[in-house]
Amino acid sequence: MTPPMRLAAQLIDLQKHYHLGEHTVKALRGVSADFPEGDYVAIMGSSGSGKSTLLNILGALDRPTFGNYILSGYDVGTMSDDDLSEIRNRRIGFIFQSYNLIAQNTVLENIQVPMLYRRDARRISPADEQRCADLAERVGLGERLDHRPFQLSGGQQQRVAIARALVNDPEIILADEPTGNLDSATEKDIMNLLTALNNEGRTIIIVTHETSVARRAKRQIVMKDGVIERDGMLLTDDGK
Amino acid sequence: MLPFGNTLRAIKLALKSLMLHKLRSGLTMLGIVFGVFSVIAMLAIGEGASAQAQQQVLALGATNIIVVSVKPPSDSAQAQGSNRGGRSFGLQYGLLRSDYRLLRSLPAIVGAVPIREIYSETRYLQKAPNARVVGCTSQYLDMNHLTLQRGRFISDADEDRLLNVCVLGGAIASELFPYDDPLGKAVQIKSYRYEVVGITQERTASAAIGGSMSGQDYNKDIYIPLKTFQARIGDRVVTAVSGSFSAEQVELNQITIQVREQKDVLPTAEVIKESLTRTHGAKKDWDVIVPLELLRQADQIRQIFNIVLGSIAAISLVVGGIGIMNIMLATVTERTREIGIRRALGARRSDIVQQFLTETIVLAGAGGLIGVLLGLSTPIAFEGIQWVVENFVLDSGTQNSPLSKMFTDMHPQINWFSLPIAFGISVGIGIIFGIYPARAAAFMDPIEALRHE
Repeated sequence: MTPPMRLAAQLIDLQKHYHLGEHTVKALRGVSADFPEGDYVAIMGSSGSGKSTLLNILGALDRPTFGNYILSGYDVGTMSDDDLSEIRNRRIGFIFQSYNLIAQNTVLENIQVPMLYRRDARRISPADEQRCADLAERVGLGERLDHRPFQLSGGQQQRVAIARALVNDPEIILADEPTGNLDSATEKDIMNLLTALNNEGRTIIIVTHETSVARRAKRQIVMKDGVIERDGMLLTDDGK
Repeated sequence: MLPFGNTLRAIKLALKSLMLHKLRSGLTMLGIVFGVFSVIAMLAIGEGASAQAQQQVLALGATNIIVVSVKPPSDSAQAQGSNRGGRSFGLQYGLLRSDYRLLRSLPAIVGAVPIREIYSETRYLQKAPNARVVGCTSQYLDMNHLTLQRGRFISDADEDRLLNVCVLGGAIASELFPYDDPLGKAVQIKSYRYEVVGITQERTASAAIGGSMSGQDYNKDIYIPLKTFQARIGDRVVTAVSGSFSAEQVELNQITIQVREQKDVLPTAEVIKESLTRTHGAKKDWDVIVPLELLRQADQIRQIFNIVLGSIAAISLVVGGIGIMNIMLATVTERTREIGIRRALGARRSDIVQQFLTETIVLAGAGGLIGVLLGLSTPIAFEGIQWVVENFVLDSGTQNSPLSKMFTDMHPQINWFSLPIAFGISVGIGIIFGIYPARAAAFMDPIEALRHE
């Protein structure tokens, strides 16, 4: 009998409507799901399925029209813009398809960026710097702290992004097509890194349309037309 | 609101962003640089002119009133030969010896110096420069705050005995006597010779306020006793102008009056005006100049200058600010993606505002700083312009016109208050014109921003 797990995130009948003039587009039409701590979920679906909209809400970049999004006990749906920013800063770690590093910053500076926006500790202490350096080491870029993004390969840039996502110790890591711009060998490395992070206890939610990526997760959710079509351990990881 | 360490880091970040586009930042700054520079330069010019005017007035004497003869316009009814006592020929105008006797006796007056002057060729051996020959009395020296370099000035005894003596101004002495000692030598003026008994100390000229002819350059004067002047040279002066002759008959060119106290100046001036109106009637061949009032007028002019020129400079600052706002709006659009990334990582709207507003303020402040440094060079720059004008624009004909003299005599003085004020204004411009682009950046939708470009 598994002990009851804490929920990292919970979606309760989520709906998102866009009003375009007289026309209303219902991107999400009642999505419900529980994400326990340590979960490793891949959200799949074709374009128009609503997976991007769901990602935006999960990432506190957008608010649902109806329904609730509970993140470690907080109802995100009713929060102010400043509070949402705080959520994004502390409780969510983003990884994007195109890495989204800041070009003028070094590797170390890029990893530090979320620390600059902490509400309670805006200054970067030496301990903070050390932590960033350690995270860089963790993702295999300890030797490249003063390099700039243009000096790194795609895979290396994505590693920096992963280190950055970890820096404020978030509840969930949210990845949007993390290997979309990478070749298959690098894709394997990145997915190995994510698996390792999950094994350490991190909750990871990946949005992808690639089966090769989705099968690395322990659970798959398939979206269609704004609702969840299927949810469970749908694919197996061949351990490639 | 922001702790200090945070502000320092924000400024460093802003500088880093600005240095990424050095040329763009530099060009954007120019508006502010020029605006601040012109504010400082304008105020310096005004300050210098005002200080100069004050100095001149004090030199002329705050307790002095200067009554001058004025040549009526040649086509007016007044330009007739007078029929005063016997036949006369040519234009008769100006102050009379009887005026002098009258004014001298007015109450509150402690001194009165009558002056008659002409320009004439003077000669010693081969040197024959033109000089201003001034017939005056012994009080002239003190009343005009001149000092003697050597020898003595005109004395009352010289006048009584109609002696042919003269006192040279510093510059004219050097011209006539480059090698010899002037004292005791004889200078020829018109048909007579005059023995040099003294030389005055050179002093800075004053521009044409209260001057009898075109400004007072005391260094080029030769002083002879007034009675001697009237005896040897007389009231009538004939000049040949392009083939024809014209003649003037003037008894006195100027009477310099000194009153007892400064508070007597304006009332006495009124009395003088009344007396002269009575004696000269409709003939407007005189004028009364009150240096004290000129000082007040000069101050008013300075204030007007400051307001007008200051407004022009302010407009250029505003234009500079609009330029900054324009560039910052473009910069914000360019960095839409970056804004989206920062927002996704937890930046609040106020963080984004701070980031871009700091950039604008640093840009404007740097422009202000450079403008201030340039402003400090105003005196030197102005001298450069004066040099160019003197050597390439003016020629010997136009050099002595009142306008060119006023220009060449100007010496801008930095108003030290204007430096921090101008810098403060530039920072203010940065704030005012930076708010809009910064808020535009902050209120972008992060999702849209992340999709950008």
